[in-house]
Amino acid sequence: MPEDVFAPWDDPEEKPLIRFQNVTKSFADSIVIDDVSLDIYEREFLALLGPSGCGKTTMMRMLAGFETPTSGRIELSGKNIVPLPANKRAVNMMFQSYALFPHLTVWDNIAFGLKRSKMPKDKIAARVEEMLKLTRLGKFAGRKPHQISGGQRQRVALARSLAKAPKLLLLDEPLGALDAKLRQETQFELVDIQETTGTTFVIVTHDQEEAMTVASRIAVMDEGKLIQVDTPDRIYESPNSVYVADFIGDVNIIEGRARKQGADLYGIDWADGQRLLAVTSERAFTEGQPCHLAIRPEKITISADKPVHADNAVQGKILDIAYLGNLSTYHVELPGGMIIKAQTANTRRMSPRSFTWEDAVWLSWTVTAGILLAE
Amino acid sequence: MMRLSWFNVISLTLGFAFLYLPILILVVFSFNESKLVTVWAGFSTRWYGELLQNQAFLNAAWVTLKVAVFSSTLATILGTMAAYVLVRAGRFPGRTLFSGMVYAPLVMPEVITGLSLLLFFIGIGLDRGILTIVLAHTTFSMCFVSVVVSSRLVTFDRSLEEAALDLGCSPFDAFRLVTLPNIAPAVFAGWLLAFTLSLDDLVIASFTTGPSSTTLPIKIFSAVRLGVSPEINALSTILIAIVTVGIITASLLTKRNALGRGYDKKTVRRGQ
Amino acid sequence: MMRRAVLIAVPYFWLMALFLVPFIIVFKVSLSDTALAIPPYVPTLEWRDFRTFLSQLDFENYIWLTQDDLYWKAYLSSLKIAFLSTLMTLAIGYPVAYAMACCPEKWRSTLMMLVILPFWTSFLIRVYAWMGILSNEGFLNQFLLWAGIISTPLTILNTNTAVYIGIVYTYLPFMILPIYATLDRMDASLLEAAEDLGCSRIGAFWLVTVPLSRNGIIAGCFLVFIPALGEFVIPSLLGGSRTLMIGKVLWEEFFNNRDWPVASAVAVVLLLILIIPIMLFQRNQQNQAEAGR
Repeated sequence: MPEDVFAPWDDPEEKPLIRFQNVTKSFADSIVIDDVSLDIYEREFLALLGPSGCGKTTMMRMLAGFETPTSGRIELSGKNIVPLPANKRAVNMMFQSYALFPHLTVWDNIAFGLKRSKMPKDKIAARVEEMLKLTRLGKFAGRKPHQISGGQRQRVALARSLAKAPKLLLLDEPLGALDAKLRQETQFELVDIQETTGTTFVIVTHDQEEAMTVASRIAVMDEGKLIQVDTPDRIYESPNSVYVADFIGDVNIIEGRARKQGADLYGIDWADGQRLLAVTSERAFTEGQPCHLAIRPEKITISADKPVHADNAVQGKILDIAYLGNLSTYHVELPGGMIIKAQTANTRRMSPRSFTWEDAVWLSWTVTAGILLAE
Repeated sequence: MMRLSWFNVISLTLGFAFLYLPILILVVFSFNESKLVTVWAGFSTRWYGELLQNQAFLNAAWVTLKVAVFSSTLATILGTMAAYVLVRAGRFPGRTLFSGMVYAPLVMPEVITGLSLLLFFIGIGLDRGILTIVLAHTTFSMCFVSVVVSSRLVTFDRSLEEAALDLGCSPFDAFRLVTLPNIAPAVFAGWLLAFTLSLDDLVIASFTTGPSSTTLPIKIFSAVRLGVSPEINALSTILIAIVTVGIITASLLTKRNALGRGYDKKTVRRGQ
Repeated sequence: MMRRAVLIAVPYFWLMALFLVPFIIVFKVSLSDTALAIPPYVPTLEWRDFRTFLSQLDFENYIWLTQDDLYWKAYLSSLKIAFLSTLMTLAIGYPVAYAMACCPEKWRSTLMMLVILPFWTSFLIRVYAWMGILSNEGFLNQFLLWAGIISTPLTILNTNTAVYIGIVYTYLPFMILPIYATLDRMDASLLEAAEDLGCSRIGAFWLVTVPLSRNGIIAGCFLVFIPALGEFVIPSLLGGSRTLMIGKVLWEEFFNNRDWPVASAVAVVLLLILIIPIMLFQRNQQNQAEAGR
């Protein structure tokens, strides 16, 4: 492992900053968090990603101290923080609604937490100025929250939660209220600020692109369980389940049965009278085990003639074309009725489209393009 | 919402005429020179002068004012607590009974409330006087305060309180520094309501008063039973003027806070 | 946790002590002996053990209520007056609330203010104001005589008519405000949708506006009906000697006849009559609060 790569999770010596140990949370009769264990490391930017109701917000609220786990421990720097109330934790939160105090100015909002900690006045002023500079809000210090724009409010909320220099900063859908363009800019700004301050960030989001952009690791959740915790590239390229593959990005899932063909090589029996699809897999499958082959559309090449040296090639007919500007997605119907999506990058302007509706085409991909998943 | 039709204009005109003409007539005739209240005999402030000479009325006014100030302040504290409990405390044993006790006095006939409180005070051996009226008024007006305050608390973004806790406030500090400044207009409105309710009340005060503590409404009622008098017209006009000025000032004060509140509502909506 | 308990306990026990317990005492007094209860003495009903307690119970006051037809006539007449005046208040209040909701946005807060203002001014004074208007030589008769509509003054003051006018007048804001609140929240596009789907304007009013303002109508009716039933000031100032309302009967029983046990029994029966509308009202309020969330 090279020295300059930030990957504390691969280092068995590294002590986690936050440790969830078999945490379960239930409300009335429904289990919201189901026996979750998770380590979060210092300086990490972790994204909790999942559909609404998956329990990601509850995870965050347990860290902040607004919910108490039904069972299990939550440790911060090795100490159990479950009995600590929210106001005694070195954890701060940026709220989805920003929760800026409407009766206080931007300056007083940022100073609010500092004043609670009995810091001397001049130190508070210096810290607030520092935060204003960090978030480029200097000009608006004297304004009330309703007198500034949405993007500025977002930055005030960030500055306020960072002012106390918490060990851990929680961000609940921090960019949800911003429009698409501002959101993209702010994502990079957030990463910059995280790197400058060296604070550990945990962000809750349902937007997979946002999670991919900002996070050093993504924890994909569903129905109160962690499905996969990994770096964005591994989540995308090596999902551990059909759920993760399908949740992040676009994917083709071909169901079939595994036939062992070599050391790591399998053939997938996916349709009667068709050639087996070849794929390598680190995960072992038994002979005849039901499996799913997941292939990203951009890994599939589309051509008019049958490719000569392709590991896998199937013929089909173009059903639909979605022109997205930078990309074009082709929906190709295979003889059995299955539809496969293939993507091509539009690298040249004004090039005539090579295929059109109803064209017979060949789809091909390599043995390493897909990933074989059990479920 | 919709178009304003002729029918609407007529109903508005007649409706407001019905609401305001009786008060207007009363005010105008308080400046009547004649002792005969229904015949206009020229402008005069004579009845106001006589009113100021009437020691009995002045004493009653002083008692009423004391009762109103104490009971409305106490009712505001208790009513705000009750509102906070109803909106924020979640479930606790006896919650249904509690909310029932908060809402029931709003519609309870005053004769029943008055009678029951009197029997209670006698039962515990409390001498009737200003104290008993204050206790009685506090009880029924705290319910009005709690309705006014809880309607504001419901629209108040809860994450503001959580943010305060998150930034190191104790729960009491979160209430003092964040919740209270934001619900202050409602709390003030509640106080004002409690104050005027106490100022107006005849029935409950009649039951719970002692021989030495006659309030203004009791005094007015015994005078009015004998018929219309210009002195009472003058007194009514003064009371109406005080209330009107008070309410208009209060509403202007509240309006100044409306901008901030608008922002707070917007973020709540977006947060969902 | 400690703080939360204190926060709940303070208003809770205050209301228990000064709202709930007094009712129990009223109930207790209503069951005690009239003869023993010579005012201002406390009617004695002592708790020694269950049997002596039961033997002391005296339903005489309730039996008395059924024997003297004054009481049940007063209850019936109160119900009738409260019911009819609620209907009249609705008939006057709904068009006003509806017209307010139709007004341009910028006028609405002022109109709201104008409806609330009389509610803040003294109830007693507002009832008193009508005495000068309704009397034989009052403004209404002067006006009608001047206009030539009548030739001899009408007797309105000290009749039931005056009581109806008084109730409608004083309780009108209670009807207008809840109805206006529901109409104000209503989405104008609903009416446009109804008209788009072929409703006439009047049809849209009956099929969309009225059902949607139902909660406001119910709340308004209860807010008028319940207090009107136990009203004392209006019948005693505007009504005559023949106006029977139970609030007035209770008052006279207590202050004039000094018969506390009977007054308590009257109050208990009135409360029993009111329990159903009060509970319906609370359920309506709760439904509304939940719908608003």
